[in-house]
Amino acid sequence: MNQRVGTDSSPLRFAACESASLPLFATFIGARRRAPPARTHRQIGSQLVGRRILAAMGGLDSSSMETDLDRPNIEEYLTTETIREVPKKLHLSDLLDISPTLTEAAGAIVDDSFTRCFKSNSPEPWNWNIYLFPLWCLGVVVRYGILFPASFSWLVSFSNLISCMFCRVGVLALGWIVFFAAFLPVHFLIRGHDKWRCKIERKLVEMMCSVFVASWTGVIKYHGPRPSRRPQQVFVANHTSMIDFIILEQMTAFAVIMQKHPGWVGFIQKTILESVGCIWFNRTESKDREVVATKIREHTQGVDNNPLLIFPEGTCVNNHYTVMFKKGAFELGCAVCPVAIKYNKIFVDAFWNSKKQSFTTHLAQLMTSWAVVCDVWYLEPQYIRPGEIPIEFAERVRDMISVRAGLKKVPWDGYLKYFRPSPKLTERKQQIFAESVLKRLEEI
Amino acid sequence: MGNASSMLTQYDIEEVQEHCNYLFSQQEIVALYNRFCQLDRTAKGFISSDEFLSIPEFSLNPLSQRLLKMVDGLNFKDFVAFLSAFSPQATPQQKVELIFKVYDVDGKGRVTFKDLLEVLRDLTGSFMSEEQREKVLGQVLEEAGYSRESSLYLEDFMKVLSKAGLKMEVEVPVD
Repeated sequence: MNQRVGTDSSPLRFAACESASLPLFATFIGARRRAPPARTHRQIGSQLVGRRILAAMGGLDSSSMETDLDRPNIEEYLTTETIREVPKKLHLSDLLDISPTLTEAAGAIVDDSFTRCFKSNSPEPWNWNIYLFPLWCLGVVVRYGILFPASFSWLVSFSNLISCMFCRVGVLALGWIVFFAAFLPVHFLIRGHDKWRCKIERKLVEMMCSVFVASWTGVIKYHGPRPSRRPQQVFVANHTSMIDFIILEQMTAFAVIMQKHPGWVGFIQKTILESVGCIWFNRTESKDREVVATKIREHTQGVDNNPLLIFPEGTCVNNHYTVMFKKGAFELGCAVCPVAIKYNKIFVDAFWNSKKQSFTTHLAQLMTSWAVVCDVWYLEPQYIRPGEIPIEFAERVRDMISVRAGLKKVPWDGYLKYFRPSPKLTERKQQIFAESVLKRLEEI
Repeated sequence: MGNASSMLTQYDIEEVQEHCNYLFSQQEIVALYNRFCQLDRTAKGFISSDEFLSIPEFSLNPLSQRLLKMVDGLNFKDFVAFLSAFSPQATPQQKVELIFKVYDVDGKGRVTFKDLLEVLRDLTGSFMSEEQREKVLGQVLEEAGYSRESSLYLEDFMKVLSKAGLKMEVEVPVD
């Protein structure tokens, strides 16, 4: 990293890549504010802060990045007049005028790009007149009464079994029975022939996912070449809900990296997903990152392992935006195959707002809607380019996925949903302001 | 959920508009109401400090704690009245009044040297020592004709900041 600072082309190239995303960032922060015509030190300072925020959000190692950022690449931002200009004398009005800071705060209160990513968009009510309303009532009857009958009716009498077989819960229940009837013997009895066991378990998991998809009448269109099993590759996709994994798993058995959940989901994770080779992480543990990074590296190097699927956003986003990708998947030195997933909102909003509903409620909502329609695009495998750092690589892949799925990019870290921003970011703003005051103080 | 503006009647909108001195249009008030409901996750009728701090951009702001004292627990009418100083239609006097209120957060009606020091501390953090801050403030106050012991009133703020040309505007996104 330090060597790059010395070479001629790379810092500027880095600045160019950063500045490509900085206007985007500045647009989001500044979009709701009328831009004043003259540029003051403070505005230049806040652009520098913006660049630093961008770097900090990407989770870079602070020390080496700071040497890059502290170098005066600000020639790009300063006009020639302001370079020649001597810092003006400090007046009381400069210290009393806190309007830029207040404007930023008010702009954030009125609209901020981070909260927009997690807004569940309620569908426009369409059943508002006399002939549409009865149709809607009929729809409710069909969806709740026929497509999703309570499973107790199936338990009551076997004669209902046939009618329920055409119904979703019935399909799901039957699917689970068949799955466990096959999986448990295979898992526990076929001990010797590991390769066979893995193959069968993989097929069973794929089948179970197809049953899941059928239970919500999933209509999924896959575009692009089917993923092949090779070592030294990792798949990354944008994340909207836990069903993303089920949709992708239906086509190919992936190993996935997931947060451990409580309840019945956790039980499934422990028993079934272990067989496809999953890696667990815990957001709340700080040392977790290195441990997980090592596990990922080992997995990609193993020849027999299932291809690894990673959701670099780290959290569920509402399928209109993408938040910043974590660089963990991009610094492994292997091929990264992007996958873009886009749900069709007309049928159902597949965003799992984990703060508002549990996964069970979310699944129930999916099962009582008409269909889950989505498009999945398997994009061309990408390799890290010479001189590109993992953050840039992650941004490049995020760009590809966002463009393909028609999502807008947002320069925030998804983990801000759970944690407050680091105080270092506020400290950088304070540092800029303090330095400008001190410099002008010397002129007095 | 549905459309939030259906919960606001025309009468409510007009009352809020009157309270903020007609600085926001009716569409902007509806948009602000949607935003208010989005931030007030538990539908209490006001936004708590925690909910404000969950906006990362707001949390990053050096003056966030001071502003929180002003906006914590405001109902929708007062929320709009607070934001009205940032409307493009607001007069410079209204903007200066808000800045004065940020300095005079305990509402004494005057701003002392201590208040000025506190705000400067928020803005500069650990990157300036306390002596440096006192020195800077002392010098600029003297230059403007005040002393450390004098308190600044609203008229003083108006006088000092009228030349500054305040740019304090926020655009409300109307769908």
